Amino acid sequence: MRLSDCLAFAHQALTRHRGRSSLQLLAVAAAVCSVLLLTALGEGARRYVAAEFAFLGKDLLVMLPGRKQTTGGLPPLGASLRDITLEDMAFLARQLPRVRLAPLVVGNSQIRQGARSRHRPVLGTTMTFFTTHKLRLVAGSPLPDVPATQATPVCVLGAGLAQELFAARSPLGQWIRIDDRRFRVLGVFHSASSNLGWQLDDSLLIPVGSALALYDTQALFRLFIQARDGQPLSPLAQRLEQLMRQRHQGNLDVTLLQPDAMLATFSDIMATLTLAVVGIGAISLLVAGILLMNLSLVSARQRTAEIGLLKALGAPARLILQLLLTEALLLTGLGGLLGLAVGYGLVTLSGWVYPGFPLAIPPWAALAALACALGTGLLFAWLPAARAARLPAVASLRGRL
Amino acid sequence: MSETPLVELTEASRRFVLGGQTVMGLDRVDLRIRQGEYLAVMGPSGSGKSTLLNLLGLLDRPDSGSYRLDGQLINPLGEQTLARLRAEKIGFVFQSFHLIPRLSAAENLALPLVLAGWSPKARAARCASLLDQLNLSERAHHLPHQLSGGQRQRVAIGRALALSPPLLLADEPTGNLDSQSGQEVMHLLESLHQQAGITLILVTHDGALGARAARQLRMADGRLVSDSGAAEGAVPRGEAPCA
Repeated sequence: MRLSDCLAFAHQALTRHRGRSSLQLLAVAAAVCSVLLLTALGEGARRYVAAEFAFLGKDLLVMLPGRKQTTGGLPPLGASLRDITLEDMAFLARQLPRVRLAPLVVGNSQIRQGARSRHRPVLGTTMTFFTTHKLRLVAGSPLPDVPATQATPVCVLGAGLAQELFAARSPLGQWIRIDDRRFRVLGVFHSASSNLGWQLDDSLLIPVGSALALYDTQALFRLFIQARDGQPLSPLAQRLEQLMRQRHQGNLDVTLLQPDAMLATFSDIMATLTLAVVGIGAISLLVAGILLMNLSLVSARQRTAEIGLLKALGAPARLILQLLLTEALLLTGLGGLLGLAVGYGLVTLSGWVYPGFPLAIPPWAALAALACALGTGLLFAWLPAARAARLPAVASLRGRL
Repeated sequence: MSETPLVELTEASRRFVLGGQTVMGLDRVDLRIRQGEYLAVMGPSGSGKSTLLNLLGLLDRPDSGSYRLDGQLINPLGEQTLARLRAEKIGFVFQSFHLIPRLSAAENLALPLVLAGWSPKARAARCASLLDQLNLSERAHHLPHQLSGGQRQRVAIGRALALSPPLLLADEPTGNLDSQSGQEVMHLLESLHQQAGITLILVTHDGALGARAARQLRMADGRLVSDSGAAEGAVPRGEAPCA
């Protein structure tokens, strides 16, 4: 039998049983589509987090108060938790002259300018923060290079906030109120990336001394440490821990994080998670396969007479197997392509609806889903088809067409 | 006899196991059929007619005894070879036509050619000449359910003839037809026998129909109980040889 005739025969058989064929087509399409979407979700999440962390350079360490331990157990009794203070920072700066240090104090305040009022994060820091967080100055000047402890009533607005408060007007030199204190606007900055949830562009920066006074505290929320000239991070982290232990009477009560290492770990976890999620998608393919087998069985049984006839007309078992498998492959192939189309369509659509969380289908996932669909189709059609092909013609012909 | 018989069954038996009991579908049948014969196989249902037909048509194999088709011993042949022989040597006509409902008359007719791998061009030519011969040219593109019973059976006969086999096996070909369509179909089959010299084996339980054949076989309980052409063929087992 010619290949073109074989395809034509299979096509006719499929279109003749339209209801059953479309059901099978739908099952395969849904399975392929779900594999694609699940992969896209996993991959999208990975890229999202990667982008979130990307603005923190590879040479950055983050110090936060308290000891985050993964070994379990309660902290030893009497080990009081001490804040990280500006004195600590000054001490570290003296001990490690070659690194950059940027303190961070975070609060939430009512920002008012004229009749406009917004609730926004206020970040107390120093000029160094511009370097560590790759902020770009859009207008004016950055925070003044004053001693960290000095409270100066000046601020630098994020571009988003500046737009909200001043619209088209220039904010430079204007006064705004943070809670009940007045601050003069020195400049406007822009940050390329967002930081897990809130956009830096929607916040404003004030000198760390002002922030400590504003929120009446001594404690830093974070201390960013930027290593200079390709200095390896791990020894630096150990040195910092050692110095902080020394400052805090032998207690190690700070935690040092390496965002870059975290990102790598996170990326690994997400990749694994994506695989797991794809596994779930594969189960739907399996379910589709079983449905396919079931329908193939019904189809083969309903068509025993036809199969018997083909045998009587001189078709060997191999040819009958080939015909039935062609049908299955045609069906799963079409279903797979339909699934791909719908999957890519939905992902594109979600890109329009949620531009902030772009889903992405890795090309390997599309190929794997299609190959899986074809494989499943072949595998699950094989059993009933082989059985039908082996059926003795005499028995098959008793059935009626 | 110098001429090789088209069909030669020697002590052919076929057993079926039904509900734990062995039933002799065919019990040591000896049968010789020469090229160009027209014979009718008659007998009540369950007498082994269909088993014999399946055996002759290579859809089944004897459990014991031998079957030679056109001089070739069938017993040891594999499934592939049997399928090829079936395509080349045997045409089937069934009581219930067995047309594929989704295919048009012409497509049904061309099915053996498609399976045999003929080119579409050669198929179209063969198909057109067959349709013409069967007076079905106007019905070529109708689906089976749009055809009358007689027309359907004519399509089925055309399909059986597509590859010009020497042997035509007709199993109750008029069983599902009214008497007039039945007559037409019988005339068609008989003209094929007379004009094309095709060997025609007709299975029926209709005595009048069977009487039209030149040679009549009667079967009961899987055995051949009488054979009007036995003198030229084989002696039916279980009967005293004619004195």
